[in-house]
Amino acid sequence: MARLPTFNVAVVSTVLFIACTDFVCCNNGRRVGDNLETEFSGFSVPLEHSFEVDDVAKFRVRGALVLKAGREPSVSLSQNQLSEDDRTKLKEVAAVDGLYRIRVPRVFLQADRQTERQMEGYLTAFVRACAMVESHLSDVISLHTDVSGYLIGVSIVTLPGACRGTEVEDEVDLEVFNTTLSIMAPVNAPGPETALFLERMEQESEKKGKNPQEQKSFFAKYWYLILGGAIFLMVSNSAQPPAGGGREQS
Amino acid sequence: MAKLILLWLKCVVLWAIVEAVFEDQVGKFDWRQQYVGKVRFSHFDTHVQSSKKVLVATERNVFAALNTRTGELFWRHVDKTGSEGNIDALLQHGQDAVLVVGNGRLLRSWEINVGGLNWEVVLDSGSFQSACLVGQQDMVKHVAVLKKTAISVHYLSNGHQKWIENLPETETVDYQAVYSDGNGEVYVLGVVPHSHIAIVVYSMEDGEIIKQVNMSVEAPWLYNIQASCVVVGQGMLTCVDSAGVSFYMLDLHLQLQMTQVPLQSLALEVDPGFHPVLLSHQPNPARQPLSEFFLQLGPDHYQLLQLNNGQIAAMRDFKPALLVSFATTGEKTVAAVMSPKNKTVSKCEIERSLPSRPVFSSRAFLHIACSVNLFSAETGRRLLDTTLIVNMDPNGGKPEKLYVQAFLKKDDSVGYRAMVQTEDHTLTFIQQPGRVMWTREEALSDVVTMEMVDLPLTGTQAELEGEFGKKADGLMSMVMKRLSSQLILLQAWIGHLWKLFYDARKPRSQVKNDVTIENLSRDEFNLQKMMVMVTASGKLFGIDSKTGGILWRHYLHNVPPNAAFKLMVQRTTAHFPHPPQCTLLIKDKDTGLGTLHVFNPIFGKKSHVTPPALPQPILQSLMLPLMDQDYAKVLLLVDDQYKVSAFPSTKNVLQQLQEMAASIFFYLVDSSQGRLSGYRLRTDLSTEQIWEVIIPPEVQKIVSVKGKRPNEHVHSQGRVMGDRSVLYKYLNPNLLAVVTESTDLHQERSFIGILLIDGVTGRIIHEAIQRKARGPVHVVHSENWVVYEYWSTKSRRNEFSVIELYEGMELYNSTVFSSLDRPHAPQVLQQSYIFPSSISTMEATLTEKGITSRHLLIGLPSGGILSLPKMFLDPRRPEIVSEQSREENLIPYAPELLIRTEWFINYNQTVSRVRGIYTAPSGLESTCLVVAYGLDIYQTRVYPSKQFDVLKDDYDYMLISSVLFALFFATMISKRLAEVKLLNRAWR
Repeated sequence: MARLPTFNVAVVSTVLFIACTDFVCCNNGRRVGDNLETEFSGFSVPLEHSFEVDDVAKFRVRGALVLKAGREPSVSLSQNQLSEDDRTKLKEVAAVDGLYRIRVPRVFLQADRQTERQMEGYLTAFVRACAMVESHLSDVISLHTDVSGYLIGVSIVTLPGACRGTEVEDEVDLEVFNTTLSIMAPVNAPGPETALFLERMEQESEKKGKNPQEQKSFFAKYWYLILGGAIFLMVSNSAQPPAGGGREQS
Repeated sequence: MAKLILLWLKCVVLWAIVEAVFEDQVGKFDWRQQYVGKVRFSHFDTHVQSSKKVLVATERNVFAALNTRTGELFWRHVDKTGSEGNIDALLQHGQDAVLVVGNGRLLRSWEINVGGLNWEVVLDSGSFQSACLVGQQDMVKHVAVLKKTAISVHYLSNGHQKWIENLPETETVDYQAVYSDGNGEVYVLGVVPHSHIAIVVYSMEDGEIIKQVNMSVEAPWLYNIQASCVVVGQGMLTCVDSAGVSFYMLDLHLQLQMTQVPLQSLALEVDPGFHPVLLSHQPNPARQPLSEFFLQLGPDHYQLLQLNNGQIAAMRDFKPALLVSFATTGEKTVAAVMSPKNKTVSKCEIERSLPSRPVFSSRAFLHIACSVNLFSAETGRRLLDTTLIVNMDPNGGKPEKLYVQAFLKKDDSVGYRAMVQTEDHTLTFIQQPGRVMWTREEALSDVVTMEMVDLPLTGTQAELEGEFGKKADGLMSMVMKRLSSQLILLQAWIGHLWKLFYDARKPRSQVKNDVTIENLSRDEFNLQKMMVMVTASGKLFGIDSKTGGILWRHYLHNVPPNAAFKLMVQRTTAHFPHPPQCTLLIKDKDTGLGTLHVFNPIFGKKSHVTPPALPQPILQSLMLPLMDQDYAKVLLLVDDQYKVSAFPSTKNVLQQLQEMAASIFFYLVDSSQGRLSGYRLRTDLSTEQIWEVIIPPEVQKIVSVKGKRPNEHVHSQGRVMGDRSVLYKYLNPNLLAVVTESTDLHQERSFIGILLIDGVTGRIIHEAIQRKARGPVHVVHSENWVVYEYWSTKSRRNEFSVIELYEGMELYNSTVFSSLDRPHAPQVLQQSYIFPSSISTMEATLTEKGITSRHLLIGLPSGGILSLPKMFLDPRRPEIVSEQSREENLIPYAPELLIRTEWFINYNQTVSRVRGIYTAPSGLESTCLVVAYGLDIYQTRVYPSKQFDVLKDDYDYMLISSVLFALFFATMISKRLAEVKLLNRAWR
């Protein structure tokens, strides 16, 4: 009985904690208003790229990312075609094994106002320019956010990813980007699965309970064997156990 | 229900390999060394003439008794780390030692014979100032503890408080010292900084204030009583003022006025820039202190003075003198003075080295032997036959403290032993006339980092190797060389046989196989290695891993106290005749400036190779698999201008670097800004940034970034499933595990984050959040898995989580892995478990070829080292057992990981405060060498898959060979018989 009061205290404190967190959420007032606003209007940030023969980054706009915040953020991309000059330059960069870089500005998806969304600095990633050329501009770009909605990283890969040195007929192949875009939030790592395990244990014990055959004791099951063995021993009347059995062979 | 679970778990556990050490194997493959740390207080046990104890209280919060004959521990008490267990004072009286612990939080009394606790009392809060024993009529029965605002007196016998009094006027007066000389009064000395001294005299009986002196004794120059004042003779408070260069004296019984005695009147002169220090001695707390005292006038200049009828008289001048100490035995008190021994050779050395290289002046100084002499305290005369010669280790530090144990010989003369503490935390115990009884390397209580290096081959083996290494010069000479080396081998073998035969005749106890630096050589299975340990004090050690003997030591001077160390093996022993080479990067954490120390890990000698000077702060250092023409791996250092310098930087290396530049990538982590950025090397050794990931530090901060170990081998590319298909592992050598902790520490909202980032492309492979969790997080990253441990705030328990990465049923590119060409993201599996204990550190076993299954070595706060099979941390453990999972040998999922006592690899050899575990492969695939370090050092071997490649100790060679022979002869005979039979049949 002595344990009961402490338990009560624990319950009260957890209730208090929950109340507190609720209160904090309400006080922020962000989630309710924010959802409504952002569901209707996304906001756009530039996606920039750079590919130079001398590998000194000069970023130019490649397209615009339209980000929609909310519980499940989504993203879409509208981008321009590569111009004639750009195509030849990309092929030149690919020939010297240069890099094709992209960057996006750091943004905070859950902010209310545009000014709060933009943060200082950029997130950058790269892929080999030859891979970009050989995959005919088909790339996979993913944006990673952290748990509170800050954009923390961007990554780009091409499909296929290898540089085999195959010649690419330009014009048609290097005009339009074929981009697969995704935005990823962190997944929740699982905790220990105690509930399921206990359930399974209970099921198993129930199964055992139903089956009375299993419940029999060792002697009840094998009494005839033991009896037979005892009789055999008595008959053969060998009082000594066989030698050599004592040594353990590990 | 609980029973059933237990039964089930037991069944599960029985699946695992049972391994433990047998009783007769104890100490055969493992050893432990126990340390105490840098000594802060030390007392010799003097209450019995024949006592062999010295009590030490250390800066690592350890209180211990050492055997003065052997240097071993009698007993040791390890308190909490940090300020909570900090030992403020050690007082000794008879069989009791009184400690004040944790800034005056606890008062403890220990019985020093067996180390048992007599009593412990919790003191009132308040910051600790001073403590002293209080005696009355030649009996010491009380201890007085002075805090900032109160003084309390406790009985020595039981710790009960006799009285406690609040100090008057604590707002203005800073009380700093307490003094008693056995006349029933306790003097509390305080100071109003730069103004005057305040003295409160309490009655011992009831704590009543007998007298209070304030304002009248002017002392505008005084701010710290303990640093500049001592009580001498009949209660004369004597202070020395460095600015005014004079003594000030105050009679505590009269308390009238401070009398000033200029040092010049005694013909004394303080070295410029030196703060003079006084040293007095009170042999018995129930009596008055001696009227003789020491004044230190310079770094190597002491003066013995005497107070006589209120007049100070100079008795003897000691110059040069490094250390002085008083010691009392019976009624006699002696002063021990340590002075450098005059050796003309070393003197020259100092003079030569001083002007050119001031840095090494202290080194040259250390070549001098020192001598300790006893002087009578009353007369200042030198006692005859009391010289003791101390040979200072040239690879050690300067002497820092001198503790003297004096005793009366049979002819009533005074004999003594000395314990010298040097600045590299070494304790040396010396007996007359200079015999070193023992040394303790207390620097090893704080190992920062370590490496294990293969031992070199023996001379003959090296000869053979060398033969193949050289270029062929003619058939004849090659044959001759071959023959000669074979002869040498034969000779060595016969010598070995002879030694075996010779040793076999001796009783076993007499056979000595001491390992010295001369006969070091690699054993058959490379199980014996050289452990190179770097300690926080800046002392390096080379330890033989088989016996634990220290083979070399090297003290680095001028190591900043907050340095970070990184130890790298640039050249292993495999490249005879080039010596092995290790490089230690020492970096000042505040300024970022670094220095390199290049040395031979087998002999500890500084290398002839001059390391480059590093004028710029170092951001990152990385070891490349490239080698120069002398087989030294290239070390790249990145400075704060993002410029790269190479060491060694020969033409050959620079050329190789230029060729390889496009494929050399590195990353930098700035945890204060949450910035992870990747760089690529250009051909002109400048760098360019190629990717950047920024984790906002307002939400979460990066606590650790773990890559994989470069010497790790993975034998199998995949796992065979129950249906005989293969699940391929995602083995990305460039993968980084980044662990973050939330800045919000509320237990409902705190979380830890795990990011798996490719270090070359900056691609985020996986991002997971463990909610309602908190650090400290311990991470192990190896093969295709990451294991981390955290504290779950929701369930209030420690939990383990494992992440495994798989490519899927087919490999993208099976021949080579390139981070630039792996477009598909791996499959990520994760599972979590409950662990019943908190942990201190964690590491994974490592073997030569990676065939042996892996275990996790977990250092527990209880001092155990647990070897947990990785099998239990496998996200593919099924919830429901199926035929396929059984085929695959997967253990059914159970949420709790059990700690089985057989899994403790250190059985009863507790390792206190484990800080790190180092694993190294041996020449045997089954065996992994393990070193756990913390306050203690423990070395052992583990066999994660049992010793599958070693025959047992009790293997029956006789049986197997007799069977073989029998079979052989049986075939011979039966063959003969068959032939005869065939012949007979043919004749028929």
